[in-house]
Amino acid sequence: MLIALGAVFAAPFYWLVTTSFKTNANISRWPPQIIPDPWTAQHYIEGVTALPFGLYLVNTLVICVFATLGTVLSCSLCAYGFSKLRWKGRTLLFWIMLSTMMLPYQVVMVPLFHVFSKLGWVDTYLPLIVPAFFGNAFFIFLLRQFFMTIPLSLNEAAKIDGCGEFQIYSQIMLPLAKPAIATVGIFTFMGAWNDFLGPLIYLFDESKYTLALGLQMFLGQYGNYFGRLMAVSTLLILPIIMLFFATQKSFVEGITMTGVKG
Amino acid sequence: MLFTSPVIVGLLLFTGYPILASLYYSFCNFPGLRPPVWIGMGNYLQLIKDPLVTKSLLNTAAYAAGSVPAGIAVAFVLALLLNQPVRGIAVFRTIFYLPSIVPAVASSVLWLWVFNPQYGLLNGVLGLFGINGPGWMADPVWAKPALIIMSTWGVGGTMIIFLAGLQDVPREMYEAAEIDGASDLQQTAHITLPFMSPHIFFAFIMGLIGASQYFTQAYIMTGGAGSPANSTLFFAMYLFQNAFHFFKMGYACAMAWLLFLLTLIATIVVFKSTARYVYYRGDNQ
Repeated sequence: MLIALGAVFAAPFYWLVTTSFKTNANISRWPPQIIPDPWTAQHYIEGVTALPFGLYLVNTLVICVFATLGTVLSCSLCAYGFSKLRWKGRTLLFWIMLSTMMLPYQVVMVPLFHVFSKLGWVDTYLPLIVPAFFGNAFFIFLLRQFFMTIPLSLNEAAKIDGCGEFQIYSQIMLPLAKPAIATVGIFTFMGAWNDFLGPLIYLFDESKYTLALGLQMFLGQYGNYFGRLMAVSTLLILPIIMLFFATQKSFVEGITMTGVKG
Repeated sequence: MLFTSPVIVGLLLFTGYPILASLYYSFCNFPGLRPPVWIGMGNYLQLIKDPLVTKSLLNTAAYAAGSVPAGIAVAFVLALLLNQPVRGIAVFRTIFYLPSIVPAVASSVLWLWVFNPQYGLLNGVLGLFGINGPGWMADPVWAKPALIIMSTWGVGGTMIIFLAGLQDVPREMYEAAEIDGASDLQQTAHITLPFMSPHIFFAFIMGLIGASQYFTQAYIMTGGAGSPANSTLFFAMYLFQNAFHFFKMGYACAMAWLLFLLTLIATIVVFKSTARYVYYRGDNQ
């Protein structure tokens, strides 16, 4: 049963990768070749040049890196404020923040677009990056839950030793929260890599497209070039799978942390 | 206070103001380039009369009714299977989980190929059993089932949550049931399911909210058209078309508020109607 289901789940991946290496004549053959014969890298060469893959890769990475940086910085800072510092209105603000998670993105989509177009930011990466520097309710919540597990006595000890709040945050809390911060970073990076709606709304100039948007455009132009489509899709998936294998532990912890306690 | 200032500014700028503006626009004729003009309930009255609103709502409801239960059932079965002491379990866990992190654009392109009526994997396999497969994404009847099938491929995240939940079910319960002569099926139904009910409930609510905003895959697979015959025109997609293709931004905002209201009502109904079936262990929840 396990093996049968495993085969069913793995089959699309296998189909994807083998198609991308088959010659055009063999792609449409039935019964399909289980192993491509002959192997060809033709689709990769054509796909990468037709797409501007390199350019889109750089564009995507710029957004991913800045969005991740912004999210990690702002969310850890805010989570610290929500968990370790006492101030008036803390609980109220925390609940307001959490309740905004209920709201569909569609509600704010149009006014946000309007704001960014007034600022002249449409067709730049700013609408996809700048909001990350102003926190994300979900990740703040996740990090706050993590900070809550760190004993408050640590703060007090540091304070007696003459540490300021910012020093406590940067020197003590951040190193302790590394696993949780890694989770936030990975998920933000992946979210930005996979994001489709954001770039679709804000990017018009083809030279500014991300890989996800580029692949969609590619689908419109080369709908029947399955070899190319599969080759480019493979290239889009590969980094995410590599990221998963490199950080498997943070991944699984992240999902259970957000899912079970959320 | 200072530490949380980013989120305070962020909330005001990227949530607070847009919410108010969206509410205001929803009562306006707002073509985007010219300033909004107040028209009162006009957009909301139009919503009721618009056949595509009804159509896209029904499409979305049908998708949710299919994908949410199917996703939970598949994730639950996978988690049960993975919760056994078998060798190589980590490999299977990876296989089941990976599809859920594949970029939506890539998985959509991949599944278009799997669903291809002539050369696709699915119809090829069905052909082995003598079944003449349908046109899937090209057939108004089969396009939604196709998207539901595709969605069950990506249940890895839910599966991991279920798996973590399964590991919290006390072992001694099964041992006691074993002694009393309960079968595996009985144990699953009377021990595992009740203990897992909070996780299933959580997955149900999250699935419902996700399905109500279903957009990306359908948009990519149909080139934003919702074809064939509007059978994959989901509510979020029609909303997007109104906002960014037809520039009826006020109308799109009214649609967004309708979506919010309907999701809220659905969530409350689910909360109220299932509360007595959900079992919370201990008093710390």
